[in-house]
Amino acid sequence: MEGVKGLESDLEAMRQYFRSGKTKDTAWRQSQLKGLLLFIKENEKHIFNALKKDLGKHPVEAYRDEAKLPRVALLSSAELVPEPLGLVLIISSWNFPFGISLEPLIGAIAAGNTAVLKPSELAPASSSLLANVLPTYLDNKAVKVIQGGPAVGERLLQQKWDKIFFTGSARVGRIIMSAAVNHLTPTVLELGGKSPAVVDSLASSWDKQVTVNRILVSKFGACAGQACIAIDYILVEKRFASTLVELMKVMIKKMFGENPRETNAIARIVNQQHFLRLKSLLRDPAVQNSIVYGGSLDEKNLFVEPTILVDPPLDAAIMTEEIFGPLLPIITLDNVEDSIAFINSKPKPLAIYAFIKNEKLKRRMLSETSSGSLVFNDAVIQYAADSLPFGGIGESGVGKYHGKFSFDTFSHYKAVTRRSFLTDFWYRFPPWNDYKLLLLEATYNFDYLGMLLVILGLKRRRQNSGGM
Amino acid sequence: MRSLCVEPFQNFSSQLPFVTVLRNSFVDTGARRTLTYCSPWKTNHKHEAVLFPPPSRPIRKSLCICLSSSAKLPMMEEKKKTFDANEAALLVKELNESFRSGKTKSYEWRVSQLKSIEKMVVEREKDICEALYKDLSKPEFEAFFSEIAMVKSSCKEALKELKHWMKPEKAKTSMETYPSSAEIVSEPLGAVLVISTWNYPFSLSVKPVIGAITAGNATVLKPSEIAPATSSLLSKLFEEYLDRSAVRVVEGDVPQTTALLEQKWDKIFYTGSPRVGRIIMTAAAKHLTPVVLELGGKCPAVIDSDVDLQVTARRIVAGKWQANNGQACISVDYIITTKDFAPKLIDALRKGIEECFGTDPMQSKDISRIVSSNHFSRLQSLMDEYKVYNKIVVGGQRNQKELKIAPTIFLDVPGDSQLMQEEIFGPLLPIITVENVKDSIDLINSKPKPLAAYLFTNNDKLRNYFVQSVSSGGMAINDTVLHLDFQMLQVTVSSLPFGGVGESGMGSYHGKFSFDAFSHKKAVLYRSFSGDSSVRYPPYTPEKQKLIKAVMNGGIFNIILALMGWSRD
Repeated sequence: MEGVKGLESDLEAMRQYFRSGKTKDTAWRQSQLKGLLLFIKENEKHIFNALKKDLGKHPVEAYRDEAKLPRVALLSSAELVPEPLGLVLIISSWNFPFGISLEPLIGAIAAGNTAVLKPSELAPASSSLLANVLPTYLDNKAVKVIQGGPAVGERLLQQKWDKIFFTGSARVGRIIMSAAVNHLTPTVLELGGKSPAVVDSLASSWDKQVTVNRILVSKFGACAGQACIAIDYILVEKRFASTLVELMKVMIKKMFGENPRETNAIARIVNQQHFLRLKSLLRDPAVQNSIVYGGSLDEKNLFVEPTILVDPPLDAAIMTEEIFGPLLPIITLDNVEDSIAFINSKPKPLAIYAFIKNEKLKRRMLSETSSGSLVFNDAVIQYAADSLPFGGIGESGVGKYHGKFSFDTFSHYKAVTRRSFLTDFWYRFPPWNDYKLLLLEATYNFDYLGMLLVILGLKRRRQNSGGM
Repeated sequence: MRSLCVEPFQNFSSQLPFVTVLRNSFVDTGARRTLTYCSPWKTNHKHEAVLFPPPSRPIRKSLCICLSSSAKLPMMEEKKKTFDANEAALLVKELNESFRSGKTKSYEWRVSQLKSIEKMVVEREKDICEALYKDLSKPEFEAFFSEIAMVKSSCKEALKELKHWMKPEKAKTSMETYPSSAEIVSEPLGAVLVISTWNYPFSLSVKPVIGAITAGNATVLKPSEIAPATSSLLSKLFEEYLDRSAVRVVEGDVPQTTALLEQKWDKIFYTGSPRVGRIIMTAAAKHLTPVVLELGGKCPAVIDSDVDLQVTARRIVAGKWQANNGQACISVDYIITTKDFAPKLIDALRKGIEECFGTDPMQSKDISRIVSSNHFSRLQSLMDEYKVYNKIVVGGQRNQKELKIAPTIFLDVPGDSQLMQEEIFGPLLPIITVENVKDSIDLINSKPKPLAAYLFTNNDKLRNYFVQSVSSGGMAINDTVLHLDFQMLQVTVSSLPFGGVGESGMGSYHGKFSFDAFSHKKAVLYRSFSGDSSVRYPPYTPEKQKLIKAVMNGGIFNIILALMGWSRD
């Protein structure tokens, strides 16, 4: 609770700092982004994996170099001025503790806000690194890292923020949004959901190979499936299922070795609670029979073997809850086109991955399903494309970020119109008469001829004129 | 629209001026409104009536009203099938089915609905004006430019631009070598709920609906019960002109709104007060429904001493009393000016008011009345507060019977008076004086962020400083409410977004921004199985070799890393 002592006065000081206008300054934003970049570079050793996998250096550099900052000086007669919101709160999750903390922070700073970051207490090492080291690179009057568990989170949520950016579960997302009501705070919720991969019965062996590689890497390679955009389950035609499973078995061994626990190629489960959750998903008697590969658990090391299941019951927890771990159920369908109805019968996922060559099916998939993002013939890479917005829809979240979209998320676009004292349509003002109304109507309709006729007195009666 | 017979309730008949008929009026129980009725003594006399819930006795197709000038009477109304949560659930189910059938997504459907709205506005302009007159005594001219013309131009713009808006936006992949193509596809959200308000009961209902239709959603509109004639007209017109399976109107007040809010929507668009905004957002949190809240706030107008006085005064008159008699979320709430300049400004405003509304504004037909007796008493108590009642320098007349309040200006009211604490939403205009015009910015920033801020000045430096330091939903320099009402008068057709920030709301709309507000921007990434053809061919740069290695190793992250230049081998 250390960081929370004097929270209110700290936050008030940050608001004051924001009001001083310091954070709106372009040079300040650039210096902070440089600081962030330096933090990433100098601490690479410590934050290696999460950072490289998750953040890369592109967004920072993009902001530093391109300076997509407001150009207030160039006022024209009507324009949109992006302005910072004020004091924002970023609550990040444990699965990619750096990327998910820093990516929104970049957006918040680039847009000129002051920000409080609360990293997840479930990744304590990362959390303390962020809390202890990050402040040495940034302006501490404007950026603070506050560590703590649910009690601290709750305390933070009681404060007045100008935006809350949350990454995590739908359950907590609801709590965040309800708390935000108090101060009418807009929220971005980056949640998850069961992201399906649809695999068509591919003919060419090259295509099959590529598909399996890409699926396996993005399921078991993405933090052991503990990523909001990891593949949750696969939809495939019955006749193709066994081909797919056999190929996967071979490739899992090739990629992660005969004994993945020892090769260290797969991440462990974050904590015991999540391990037990996965265990109970797997130990469900109705699910047991459907395991076709893997299934071993090592509670001491919190390790779950890559596991493939074929047709577990659809009402089992493994098919109703987000899995968030290295278990991969395969659901078989008579026809690959049925996958659309299957997906639509569930809450909207964060992502849909479709390994499809058939153009018609591609078009149907595009227009008939709804998801945060849709990726054809690959998985998870959309996270790295910063020209694309990243965010969910429905149960998978509200709002979007990445690249320019992060900047927009933390900005308010103020519409500014400017007029001189010279031009005025005199007929803008009462007292009203038919003559003025005619003119107004003509103006609205850009009917210049009509305006002329009215002024010359050649046009008199309005059609449909009410006459009260 | 149902026509209701009014007859005196027996027990009270002796005390009641005889009332025979309500001309084509729909009324909800509990509503207050002006009725045109015939009495034995006068004809076509306008009067405020309070409608009571029906008594527990059997209900006939009749009702009793109470005229505010006479004794109160219980009233009966034709038993209306109540719209409850079950019915709301059925409605949502039906709309979701229509949505899932895919018809609302088609370009043709959207165009047909937009054209129908356009047709509706053109053909029924007279009915619309009449309803607005019944609800607000809104002058026809105001009705025309702030309601009818706005809706028409929204339709026109949407029809013209829709194809363009719907087109997927190609996203540049950050590096030329990136082996994929990407686009951002706008897709409809599903079933959306629009809850509108009473001050511009037509345009603030139809404009968001246009946005929802443009984006391809199924839509329910809940118009405000405080403007009952417009509400009932909207219900009737939508039924008549629009596709019933995907666009609906639900009329009602709190119970109906609550029933609607219990359902799962894909977006809720609300216009109204921050208080109800919070209720909406709480209900939305349950289903993680995104919301657009169009609220209000105290919109300041700062007036520098170097301005063209006559033009400024006229524009303020337009932005205050001509905007539904101040009952608009973006109308000027208070003025800040310098001590020395205030007297001159007041003179000019007095003249401006006289030019527009005559020497006795209470008699003017060109000004709206106060919407309801609730709001009338609220404004009255603002005026009568002991801190401010003696600060009136212009106006001050009121007529409770006719719900009219004249344009009223206060000078130097204390900051802690109710007038300066809550949103006024009426024809009262306090003027605050400061030593230096720059001090106004601190004053504005000490309050919640307003929906709009106005500045009148010829000083470029002040203007830039104002734009930089004042945060508000929108801003107009040297004019008022322009970006809402008069945007179409400007040369440019492309609309600006309209929406608040902080206490004044979240989310924005108008034109393309309405389309975006009701769309989901789906990121779509296309990859081929063959990987990245350009990289596989010479000349082989070291970067490309790294990439190929990564592709061969099958590591997607390695590919990305190689592209980012992170890979070390």
